[in-house]
Amino acid sequence: MTKYQLNINGERKEVTVDPSTPLLWVLREDLKMTGTKYGCGVSACGACTVHVAGVATRSCMLPISLLGERPVVTIEAMSEDPVGRVVQDTWVEQDVVQCGYCQSGQIMTAVALLKHTPKPTDTNIEESMGGNICRCATYVRIREAVKVAAQKIK
Amino acid sequence: MPRTRAASLLIAAFFFACGTWMILSSALGQARSGGRSAASREQGLAAWQQVYTVLTHPRCINCHTATNYPQQGDDRHRHITNVIRGAEGKGVPGLNCASCHQESNADSTGVPGGHDWHLAPLSMRWQDANDNILPSAAICRSVTDRSKNGNLDGQGLLKHHEEALLVLWAWQPGRRPDGTMRTLPPLSHEEFVAATRLWVEAGTPCPPGR
Repeated sequence: MTKYQLNINGERKEVTVDPSTPLLWVLREDLKMTGTKYGCGVSACGACTVHVAGVATRSCMLPISLLGERPVVTIEAMSEDPVGRVVQDTWVEQDVVQCGYCQSGQIMTAVALLKHTPKPTDTNIEESMGGNICRCATYVRIREAVKVAAQKIK
Repeated sequence: MPRTRAASLLIAAFFFACGTWMILSSALGQARSGGRSAASREQGLAAWQQVYTVLTHPRCINCHTATNYPQQGDDRHRHITNVIRGAEGKGVPGLNCASCHQESNADSTGVPGGHDWHLAPLSMRWQDANDNILPSAAICRSVTDRSKNGNLDGQGLLKHHEEALLVLWAWQPGRRPDGTMRTLPPLSHEEFVAATRLWVEAGTPCPPGR
């Protein structure tokens, strides 16, 4: 077991875990931040997406020992983020969610896309969101919500 | 005395002529072979074939695709999770290479990693659009084309093979998700560099053909 000092949503957190523990399980089990979801455990579905130093990252495959000093931002901080707030509001307006399990990952990826590409094309959206799986197949509403959110972001 | 002087002049002229002939002959031979002996060109071509076996190993060629995606595994299958090349070969926003690949291998998860993980540019594609590996001559021409290879001359290519971190990764590829070790290129890194050096010293000759 090793002690780690983490920067999660701008706050310092300390955990003592096995170095191989994925960031996802540090968030969910040690810090009780359950907004980030476990989907496949092999980076294949995107449900566990968080931002690490601004990069959308699959937390299920990131051993805590490789995180280093990089700050982590999770779905819990999106309501305080200018782009995240717009995306969450638009998600509600567009009634995107069906079961909702994958949606925190979808939103984290959408925010990463819009911060880099404020006015994405359909191709941009398909390529960037293509790694986030939705078993309810809400893809059409997700794409529409990303486009609407892009129009709102100044 | 006059006879002795004439003999001396004759001997001097003979040696001058021999020396001139030897110098011209050597220069002509070098000119015919591009400044190098035919033997070293043959050695260079043989060395290139050794280099080619490494470049076309999955640890190398999986990221030298001609397509919009990288490959994975020894069977060179398309990378899972709909990974896209992106403008800079580093994925797209929200789905970057760095979304999973860290600065080093993650043996506990099986995700390989290294500094600045990315695809080779399309100018350095070593496959065709159907994921077939290009022939030796075609890859050799591509590797030695400074308009395609990042303007590297022979010494630059040697340095790349000796020191580039993602090249070195091929010999430290870590574990697969199932815990087994990834396969290594057919030469050791030392053998690969030695073959590259010999090929460079021979003038980076390329085999004929397409």
